[in-house]
Amino acid sequence: MAEYDYPPVDFETHPSRYKHWDLSVDGDIARLTMHIKDDQPMWPGKYELKLNSYDLSVDIELNDAINRLRWEHPQVRAVVVSGAYDKVFCAGANIRMLGMAPHAFKVNFCKYTNETRGMLEESSAAGQVFIAALNGTASGGGYELALACDQILLIDDGNAAVSLPEVPLLGVLPGTGGLTRLTDKRKVRRDVADVFCTKAEGFRAKDAKRMRLIDQSFPRSQWQSGVAAFARATADKQAQRAGAPLALPPLQRTATKSGWQYPSVHVEIDGRVANLRLFGPTAAPSRDAQTWAMRFFRELEDALLRLRLNHLEVGLIVIRSEGDPAAVLAADAWVDAGIAAGDDFYFAELRRLQARVLRKLDNMAKSVFTLVEAGHCFVGSLTEVIFASDRAYMFQDDDGENALQLSALNFGAFTMANDQTRVAARFPGEPAHVEALRAQIGATIDAEQAMELGLVTASLDEIDYDDEVRIAIEERSSLSPDALTGMEQNLRFGGGETTETKIYGRLTAWQNWIFQRPNAVGDRGALSLYGHPERPVFDYRRT
Amino acid sequence: MSHVDYNERIPNNVNLSSDKRLQRALETWQPAFLDWWGGVGPQVFAKNDVYLRTAVSTDAGGWAQFGYVKMPEYRWGIFLADREEGRVIPAGDEAGKPVWQEVPGEHRNALKRIIVVQADTEPASVEQQRWLAATAPSLYDCRNLFQVNVEEARHLWAMVYLLQAYFGRDGRDEADALLQRRSGDADSPRILDAFNQPCDDWLTFFAFTCFTDRDGKYQLGSLAESAFDPLSRSCRFMLTEEAHHLFVGETGMERVIRRAAQLEAKDPNGDARAQGGIDLLTIQKWINYWFAYCLDLFGSELSTNAGDWFAAGLKGRWREALDYTDHQAKEGHRSLMQVVDGRLVETSVPLRAAMNETLRQDYAKDLERVCAVWNRALEEEGSAVRLRLPSTRFFRRQGIYAGAHFTPEGALIDAASFAALHDQWLPTEADRAYVRSLMKPVYGPGEMANWIAPPRRGINRQGVDFAYVRTDG
Repeated sequence: MAEYDYPPVDFETHPSRYKHWDLSVDGDIARLTMHIKDDQPMWPGKYELKLNSYDLSVDIELNDAINRLRWEHPQVRAVVVSGAYDKVFCAGANIRMLGMAPHAFKVNFCKYTNETRGMLEESSAAGQVFIAALNGTASGGGYELALACDQILLIDDGNAAVSLPEVPLLGVLPGTGGLTRLTDKRKVRRDVADVFCTKAEGFRAKDAKRMRLIDQSFPRSQWQSGVAAFARATADKQAQRAGAPLALPPLQRTATKSGWQYPSVHVEIDGRVANLRLFGPTAAPSRDAQTWAMRFFRELEDALLRLRLNHLEVGLIVIRSEGDPAAVLAADAWVDAGIAAGDDFYFAELRRLQARVLRKLDNMAKSVFTLVEAGHCFVGSLTEVIFASDRAYMFQDDDGENALQLSALNFGAFTMANDQTRVAARFPGEPAHVEALRAQIGATIDAEQAMELGLVTASLDEIDYDDEVRIAIEERSSLSPDALTGMEQNLRFGGGETTETKIYGRLTAWQNWIFQRPNAVGDRGALSLYGHPERPVFDYRRT
Repeated sequence: MSHVDYNERIPNNVNLSSDKRLQRALETWQPAFLDWWGGVGPQVFAKNDVYLRTAVSTDAGGWAQFGYVKMPEYRWGIFLADREEGRVIPAGDEAGKPVWQEVPGEHRNALKRIIVVQADTEPASVEQQRWLAATAPSLYDCRNLFQVNVEEARHLWAMVYLLQAYFGRDGRDEADALLQRRSGDADSPRILDAFNQPCDDWLTFFAFTCFTDRDGKYQLGSLAESAFDPLSRSCRFMLTEEAHHLFVGETGMERVIRRAAQLEAKDPNGDARAQGGIDLLTIQKWINYWFAYCLDLFGSELSTNAGDWFAAGLKGRWREALDYTDHQAKEGHRSLMQVVDGRLVETSVPLRAAMNETLRQDYAKDLERVCAVWNRALEEEGSAVRLRLPSTRFFRRQGIYAGAHFTPEGALIDAASFAALHDQWLPTEADRAYVRSLMKPVYGPGEMANWIAPPRRGINRQGVDFAYVRTDG
């Protein structure tokens, strides 16, 4: 069967254009209601979004809504997520869509939805607590969305249930962190979770509460008032966030001959290589959405998402930067000072945005090389780009002007999914070296020193630079893309595990394997046959 | 800035005087090379005048300029055969597309490995032969030895040039390592086994230049068919020099053979040894040994590496462009005798898997021709004995025949039978000791050791009695 050649995906939207979500804000409580129009899927005419099931377009709106609540509605302290239809909250990802989507799209869909749920959890931690108010059955991805919320309420109407029916019904896994969050977040006992995950119809309120699958339930007659009171109490527990709302403007993206560009990020596609040029600040920082510290990271995020979904042919991202290092450091310092003052949510939110985008870079299923060349501005927050790369090559000039400079930010502000700083993760087993590097904060580090200190893969002089870089790029582009993805994801995240690393490294990796297997996607596979009057035929051998 | 005139010191046609990267690399490498030459290069007549050929350009007048030179002052140059406009990739999946002027990143490691393995053999043979001049059978031979030595060293330069010009930092490290490994060294030996064997008698030297250098010729020939144009051009020029080495080996063997026949005729019992010479049976053993040893250098009969390199265009076959029309070799098969269940059976294997074997058979065919030349000399001398090459299965230590035992005719036999006949087929310690006992220097102009016939003519139209090495300084 030929793969569906899906059209390019656009990741920007606005509440005025939402098709599938109703967002309303009343004082410090917001309501985000899933209201999916089954006849308006992302790929028109290809499938129907029945039973409040979602596709990527639904999740792009959800992501936008979470983002806008943070920036445009900072006064909000509790967010109630519920469904617009009676009897059903959400049936999860649309199975017909998954069945027809090319493998790469499935993988990217999972990654995007996982990142959205991660951001939702981050909101709860940042003072906008998400409450899942399940007004009907939440199955599969529907229940996983609830699991990403801080609190789960389920209507007790003798019918509504929570369930993860992926294994028994579809022969795949819950793909958005459900398994991991059952054990790590909800602390559900493993055999209880085992029973739950293999019981297609799930559990209704009473049992679900006993198993810690939900936090609370209300009978039908008290549902509205119960949820409202719960939201009120939740909001009251949160501190008020100070600072004026900030509207999120659209990105200024324009097409170019071989790619596209934003004011501070240029993307040029050259066969299997995407060349990214990052530009430093050109104006003094100001508290708005156009200031470099915010706009640049939003642009980088959009560029990375487009590379993931719309440029499958690209296997290697080569990143260079241009700009005034002092201006980057000034922008960083300005954010630092704003956070320290503590009287404006804007600054902490900005830092979270930056950290999130850098983690997206860690999570690219493409190789990343950074080239530290004359005129670069990889300092402060942008030094993290070097450390997020699989390799970094630095040009060694005669007079040592091409230099690096570490900042305190590199030692705490930007943690990876494994909760480590990139510097700490870079030097596993060498805490003393990390401390030695900390002592270098602010010092000028020339290319030779950068190499000795392990900050770059290689420093190369004029004689070698061009050729070594060319060869490294050509060599990388020639290796198996599958093996590289696996290798990179293993090497990038040294050290211990967190819920986040388990979701991407364990759950998603297994899911991607299962998505390739005949038991799921073969002619008689469970995913292929779902909704058809035929039983799947499995190859029962297990390794 | 550097004041060195690179074009004067290092004859070249690679624009050395304007290539900063190369100059920088050579600045450190050249002194290390001279140290290496002084330490493990020729140890006898090391600073005497030797009548040598030097290449100062690639044209007809320049590639062979003769004159006296002290070897440490030899002008080792860097030459590539002239660039052919419009040259296309001779072999493999990309056959017919334009050749590469730079190393594609995809093939860097494989190409580097191929070049390093080839390059490692060049200094190795110089090291193996460093004491041979002490027992030279004539000044003519002594000079030929030195010519071979300086040209092997020039081949090292040619390969080092490729490493330094095209392989960046890794290439420079590999170039340094070429001077650090030593033939026969316990800790840091040369890469290929044949280049770690001592070469301490002249029969072995002639066998080495005839058999082992001929392996070099075929390896260079397959690299001359490479898609990487600088490698191809470098190897094409090296092949012109390699011809002289083969000449030294081929005619050296012939002169020993001719002399053996003369001495056997002279002796009442037909015993050349009784006349102070080397007998034909001993020579046959040397042929058996060196032929087998050098066949191993071609690698296993079935090799995925060789197939991959062919597919990628890194190596071609011998005379790929001239002798083949199908440069992909994706479909065909070749016949290969294999040992299956204790029996020798004919099998058919895909061409690409058998690239080493294809080159090996070309090599063996070339040596059949050489053997015929030797047998004509025996005929001329009235000897009834005929020399012959053993089967390509005989006495192999690498490849699909390693571990099994064969007669020189190629018949499969058991280990006990082989052990019983070993001394009839292969050099014994006594044979080696005997040959070594004959090795005494003969340094008078025109004089020859008793065990070798004089050459037909001298070098560069000089007489045989010309002072090819000035023994007085």
